[in-house]
Amino acid sequence: MPQLINSKGFYGDFGGAWIPEMLHANIEELARAYAGILETDGFKKDFSNLLRDYAGRPTPLFYARRLSGHTGAKIYLKREDLCHTGSHKLNNVAGQILLARRMNKKHIIAETGAGQHGVATATVCALMDLPCTVFMGEKDVARQEPNVMRMKMLGAKVITVTSGTRTLKDATNEAIRHWINNPSDTHYLIGSTIGPHPYPDLVARLQSVISEEIKQQLRQKENRDFPDYLLACVGGGSNAAGTFYHYIDDARVKLVGAEAAGEGTGTGKTAATIATGSPGIIHGCRTLLMQDSDGQITGAHSISAGLDYPGIGPLHAHLHKTGRATYLAITDKEAMQAAHLLTRLEGIIPALESAHALAALEKLDFKNSDIVIVNLSGRGDKDMESYMESMAHRE
Amino acid sequence: MNTLTRLFEKKKQNLLSIYFTAGYPETDSTIKIINSLQAAGIDFLEVGFPFSDPLADGPVIQQTSQQAIKNGMNLELLLDQLKSAGSSVTLPLILMGYLNPVLQTGMEAFCRKAKESGISGVILPDLPPEEYEADYKELFKMHDLHMIFLVTPETSQARIRKIDALGSGFIYAVSSSSTTGRQDTFTSAQTGYLKRLQSMNLQNPVMTGFGIHNRNTLQTVWENSSGAIIGTAYLNALIKCRDEKQAIKLLMDRLGIEKPMNL
Ligand SMILES: Cc1ncc(COP(=O)(O)O)c(C=O)c1O
Repeated sequence: MPQLINSKGFYGDFGGAWIPEMLHANIEELARAYAGILETDGFKKDFSNLLRDYAGRPTPLFYARRLSGHTGAKIYLKREDLCHTGSHKLNNVAGQILLARRMNKKHIIAETGAGQHGVATATVCALMDLPCTVFMGEKDVARQEPNVMRMKMLGAKVITVTSGTRTLKDATNEAIRHWINNPSDTHYLIGSTIGPHPYPDLVARLQSVISEEIKQQLRQKENRDFPDYLLACVGGGSNAAGTFYHYIDDARVKLVGAEAAGEGTGTGKTAATIATGSPGIIHGCRTLLMQDSDGQITGAHSISAGLDYPGIGPLHAHLHKTGRATYLAITDKEAMQAAHLLTRLEGIIPALESAHALAALEKLDFKNSDIVIVNLSGRGDKDMESYMESMAHRE
Repeated sequence: MNTLTRLFEKKKQNLLSIYFTAGYPETDSTIKIINSLQAAGIDFLEVGFPFSDPLADGPVIQQTSQQAIKNGMNLELLLDQLKSAGSSVTLPLILMGYLNPVLQTGMEAFCRKAKESGISGVILPDLPPEEYEADYKELFKMHDLHMIFLVTPETSQARIRKIDALGSGFIYAVSSSSTTGRQDTFTSAQTGYLKRLQSMNLQNPVMTGFGIHNRNTLQTVWENSSGAIIGTAYLNALIKCRDEKQAIKLLMDRLGIEKPMNL
């Protein structure tokens, strides 16, 4: 597996572990253990079995004929929406739960925005018989109710977070505070490529199965193992990290991330961190984030709860800074249109997050022969309320 | 000479230090609060500058920080307020807060302005010792500012030694594995940890903070380290009294300190 970080957990200028001393022992324990454990044959075997038999991997690489015609390029969808629980989030939690067991952890805590990571975590905790506590902002509890119900049915304790902006940022704060207060026996199962080292690298490695499969599947379908473009939405950046991972050093492949512009990058109601952010520290990580001139982290806004985060994983801050990847800001409206378009053209209702990646198709100039892969990170069941509302508006 | 250094040369035990959030309850409460605490004989202060996402803090400091931000408090304004107070403030002041606001000011400008405002030392819980050593140590030395590091019950002996060698002023012993503001009684394990620190004969004095809120916890800390740092319990008194003079009286009462010390 390619090594993307240096020994201190930095991608160029970004990353590291900027944490209070109360977290040092836990983070250091994890940083010492994770890489070794992930490389053992036992872990690899358990992980790939779980991905195959439980998550349903490999997920298909689907040639989207009508969408290709509409776009003017050869479009494939990487169907992470067909993973058990409905998104790529299961790849990460399957790996981390195996890691937590090998580290003898007895309790699992997690943050969640859209609820997809919370559901995925609650799912593997049920499977492994480990108690699970999920922190979720009050605003997200209200707009992602079906996922709250799923977590509860799976036996997780859902804690509604009322501090700060009441979304993913504050759910993450509360999960970290809980870990400070309960350091022994607890594994913090973070849901994206964010947080202090080693989390961004750990999550990126576990998600890298996406690009590993793309390589094999493309070889079969196109007789070459690389596409011209890879597109993925970016909240914290985990599905994009997994999609890019094995192609990061392959200059033939253009990497495109779609971040959530909300109502627009100039409106103040946005989650487009690359477009509007600046370097700083969020959740123990040096990266780009949205902040005011005093260094206070500002609230994010996006129609999709899973992209509603004022920071971005350090890998993406680095890929942006070095110019290796391009990040496009997609508005709520553009994402909504793209979701309806895919639904009508291919019979697939995407998650609102994934719809941001689909909307990026409209912003790029393709040749007809270009092979373009869009990572369809999740399915749209959880977003039906937003979709129904938008249909009511249209009528 | 750095006023904090002088204080610790003079006074070795039963020190009492208070943390407050600058900008709470009002933008211009800062100097009034400092004056009231100085008059009450508090040994030194941690002046907290607010941050939107205080990871190591419990609900009380989260709320005072949020209010302070709403009131328009920021680092620049705080340092201006402290500078204009001038020589009326004689007790040592430590700045305490998270790294991100400091990085937006720039570490060099921050150190310079802090020194000009009479600051003796700085506590930045999310600045790891390793990063400080690599990037900022010389800057702090140059400006005669102490960098004070935290240790916790989970911190290894070897790491405590390293922190003792790297930091100066004092070592901030976090009383338990927790965020600020817990209200429990101290366990024997916590006392054991403070005794262990004492027996290490560290070069820096040890001040204990987090969760000190009554006579019992204060006495335990005084018996087993150089002094106590009180944050949430003071802010709770301030929230209740809405007056800084009443607040320190109420706190002293709760701590079982009968008369303002030194008065
Ligand atoms: C379907 C889906 N896609 C994408 C994301 C964004 O996360 P990340 O950027 O880590 O992939 C989420 C987060 O909840 C999600 O549920």
